[in-house]
Amino acid sequence: MTTASARPARDVLGKPSSSHRLRDRLFVIMLALLTSVALIVLAVLLINTASDGVPEISWSFLTSFPSAFPAKAGIESAITGTLWLMGVVTFVIVPLGVASALYLEEYADSSRWWNRVIEVNIQNLAAVPSIVYGILGLAYIVRGPLSLGRTVLAGGLTLSLVVLPVVIITAREALRAVPPSIKEGALALGATRWQAIWRQILPASIPGIATGVILSIARAIGETAPLILVGAATFVAFNPTGLNSAFTALPLQIFSWVSQPSDQFRLLAAAAIIVLLVILVALNAVAIWLRNRYQQRW
Amino acid sequence: MATEVVTNGSGGPDARSVFGPPRRRLGEKAIAVVLFCAAVTSVVITVGIVASLAGETITFFADKAVTVGGFFTSSEWSPLFSDPQFGIRPLVQATLIISAIALLVAIPLGIGTAAFLSEYASPRVRAAIKPTLELLAGVPTVVFGYFALTYFTPTVLNGLLGLDVAVFNGLAGGLIVGILIVPTIASVAQDAMTAVPQSLREGAYGLGASRRQVTVRVVIPAALSGVTAGIVLGASRAVGETMVVLIAAGQLPTTSLDPRSPMETMTAFIGATGKGDVPTGSTGYKAIFAVGFALFVMTLILNTISIRFVRRYRQVYE
Repeated sequence: MTTASARPARDVLGKPSSSHRLRDRLFVIMLALLTSVALIVLAVLLINTASDGVPEISWSFLTSFPSAFPAKAGIESAITGTLWLMGVVTFVIVPLGVASALYLEEYADSSRWWNRVIEVNIQNLAAVPSIVYGILGLAYIVRGPLSLGRTVLAGGLTLSLVVLPVVIITAREALRAVPPSIKEGALALGATRWQAIWRQILPASIPGIATGVILSIARAIGETAPLILVGAATFVAFNPTGLNSAFTALPLQIFSWVSQPSDQFRLLAAAAIIVLLVILVALNAVAIWLRNRYQQRW
Repeated sequence: MATEVVTNGSGGPDARSVFGPPRRRLGEKAIAVVLFCAAVTSVVITVGIVASLAGETITFFADKAVTVGGFFTSSEWSPLFSDPQFGIRPLVQATLIISAIALLVAIPLGIGTAAFLSEYASPRVRAAIKPTLELLAGVPTVVFGYFALTYFTPTVLNGLLGLDVAVFNGLAGGLIVGILIVPTIASVAQDAMTAVPQSLREGAYGLGASRRQVTVRVVIPAALSGVTAGIVLGASRAVGETMVVLIAAGQLPTTSLDPRSPMETMTAFIGATGKGDVPTGSTGYKAIFAVGFALFVMTLILNTISIRFVRRYRQVYE
């Protein structure tokens, strides 16, 4: 402590020594370099994947089914599978996530032990590795109690479980951002608790909730590990016909092609990655647009 | 609306005496029950995870080919061989080596990024970097696996650095997982640094400290519990990361400590075995659950520690 306070004291009296200023400058440069490493890796990844994959993208690539011949292979069934999964995930996480968030924000008395258990539990679930959800899906959804088989519904449910904690956490933040005065005003005018929530708090927090839901869907359709366990089939030469249909999905198709030793298939993987990333960027753009367009500052 | 004034639950005894006795509203009660049930689903999921893992794990240990002692001490893992061996050590060791490499990369990068964003970056620079980090965090991990296998190993490790690594190797897996968890560590650590009260910084500036000294000796120590929380959370993600190691690190259970050679982590084993058609009820199938259980316990411990640390810094400054 004594040395720490003695040196700056000198600086106050005179000009800071040049070695001191040099070290300050070096420190900033070091921080900027550390910050840039991850960004540079991301840039290299994107450029490299694009240069591999863009030449492979064609209309026939988007509208063909997987094939043992790289020149004929395409991702139509993977795209439709991913769209089906998105539908199931949305259908599950919106009501379940919003209802849980409403309970925790508006109803739960956090001095009760069971409410604290729910809260800590959600925090923990958010950090459980996604492959563990895959095991749960395999044991209880594909087989076991639900026995849905390797279907769109089983895959969608499993992915919903993976992202549900994140949906709840972001929806709670959106609800919390509505100032208490809005609710108090409604209650003072004679609204019941649910009327205040349904007509005031929910409408005001919809942009925030929608942003969280869209980002969660984006995360869900990029998840591969749980689908490996519940989806299994990577060679699906047809589009899903319903919830009980077998399916493949973009990340699964990418994984399957990456695992092939042939370079030609790896180029196809790069092309499929680009399609997946375009979908993800589009979803993120919608989320950002929603946030900027509708979010109120109170 | 006017008639509903009467039923206002929070109106208190005074309101009731003015307007007469409140009507009972069953709907309000029912809604509360429905919402509670939704919130309880998350607990049911946890119970489901534990039950599904534990159930098959018990039958795994009941199998005559498996011994509890051998599981924890044997150094050979070959569940699909005709003479199967079930020693989890090679898998745990590979997981720890790859996570250690990842943290070696991600701790300096994550803390440096957090300090830069919190203490140095102008709002405009911050507005440019934060979404890019979010983009990095949003890239599916299978994409990083592809990158590690087709570019990072051949071009960077073998070409640029001349390390002479195998096609599948733990080093590429660890380094790329490290990049993957930078946004996790940076985001939690930056939140903690931003939460450090301005008065602490001003006090240090008043004593003549430079910005570097404020950052290194005031802000980072004051945010230490948050920074620790971020690192532990990052470690938990590294342990649970599947796709990068499954694609780039190989599927060879080994006790070799050389990261340039292929190795199989716990997650990679689960993925590799789960994608094949392992018959239900076979010992190989049950092994997925035993390894999954071990993985779940490891990440649960890390997550609990992380949540503790976050709570500590929130209590101090918020």
